[in-house]
Amino acid sequence: MSIYWKLIWAYLKIGIFGFGGGYAMLSLVEKSVVGPGWITETMFTDIVAISQMTPGPIGINSATYIGFVAPGSVNPELNSVGWGLLGSILATLAVTIPSFILVLYSAHFIRRHNESGAVKAVFSGLRPVVVGLIASAAIMLMNVANFNPNGISSQLWTNIAICAAAFCLAYFPIKLGKKKIKIHPILIIIAAGLAGFLLYY
Amino acid sequence: MEAQIQPAAPSVKTPLWRIFASFFKIGAFTFGGGWAMISIIEREIVDKYHWIERDDFLDLLAIAQSLPGILAVNIATAVGDKLRGTRGSIIASLGTILPSFLIILAIAIFLTPDMIKNNRVISSIFMGIRPAVVALIIAPVLTSAKAAKLTWKTVWIPLVVALLISLDQGLISNPILYIILGGVGGFLLWWLPRRKLNRR
Repeated sequence: MSIYWKLIWAYLKIGIFGFGGGYAMLSLVEKSVVGPGWITETMFTDIVAISQMTPGPIGINSATYIGFVAPGSVNPELNSVGWGLLGSILATLAVTIPSFILVLYSAHFIRRHNESGAVKAVFSGLRPVVVGLIASAAIMLMNVANFNPNGISSQLWTNIAICAAAFCLAYFPIKLGKKKIKIHPILIIIAAGLAGFLLYY
Repeated sequence: MEAQIQPAAPSVKTPLWRIFASFFKIGAFTFGGGWAMISIIEREIVDKYHWIERDDFLDLLAIAQSLPGILAVNIATAVGDKLRGTRGSIIASLGTILPSFLIILAIAIFLTPDMIKNNRVISSIFMGIRPAVVALIIAPVLTSAKAAKLTWKTVWIPLVVALLISLDQGLISNPILYIILGGVGGFLLWWLPRRKLNRR
């Protein structure tokens, strides 16, 4: 099967089963694109970082980027802007088309079952699963490639410290007088990038 | 006798290019997607242009949230459909995805995986960024766990799901399996007791 069909199939599945928002989709995306070897684990992490720093939903961002690099990484002959662009367009459309069809053709159905409580019931079952989905993405990214690529233990500890500091900044609001401010993820990524440059360059 | 002929309500059609421009702007300026986008869509569509009443917007939002896929695209489709039918929904979704698509495409062309690996400056920057990205995913685990109001009866679900998915063992590590199980399970817990009640 050509890589393009595989891309379309992978992203259609992500579009159909992507419940719970961007972070919950990550494990599904990771399984679909790192598993078949289209991109490496570190590349996947980098794409999440790039998605955080650019506007737009993470689902679209990942489809566009992975659609671009996957053809070339599977078949060196497809390593060109043209073939990459084709992959980008197909993956991005594939992840949006299920939404599109479902919203247009099932609004009536959803409205009816919203009233009966059925939709609420389905989501009461999905909610704990979504927590697990996000956690699984976090666990899968806590790997050697992201934390200790060169096998140096001082780097491992530095990276754990960066992770801990970033977590505190992302999770705990900072009190400024009476206001509580949450630091934007973009600032956290910029700070971590700066730390990386100073520590590892 | 003569039925009074009511003048038809003025059907002011929202121009397609305006829909496109609005959603393009929303797509271009909201970082993070999802919830960050919703408040901006609401401001633009309900408060600024009065294209849709707030109640109708909340109804569309409820539907968009109940369906899988990218929330921003779901809302754009629903709002576009309400304004101008299928054509409106195509225009609105394209407007939402196009900015991200173009920006990421530009990045993909210039920032290739080889460059991240081989350029010393860029690779050192990304080495620092990667552990921080992991932290940015751990934070929503805790936030969503709080929002899900987990109890001792349900807290095992996320633990088991996270463990089995991250084991990387074929079918039992497929996230789709747990999405289906969660949805069907939630439905059955609600439906089965009701069915018994109806039988009595």
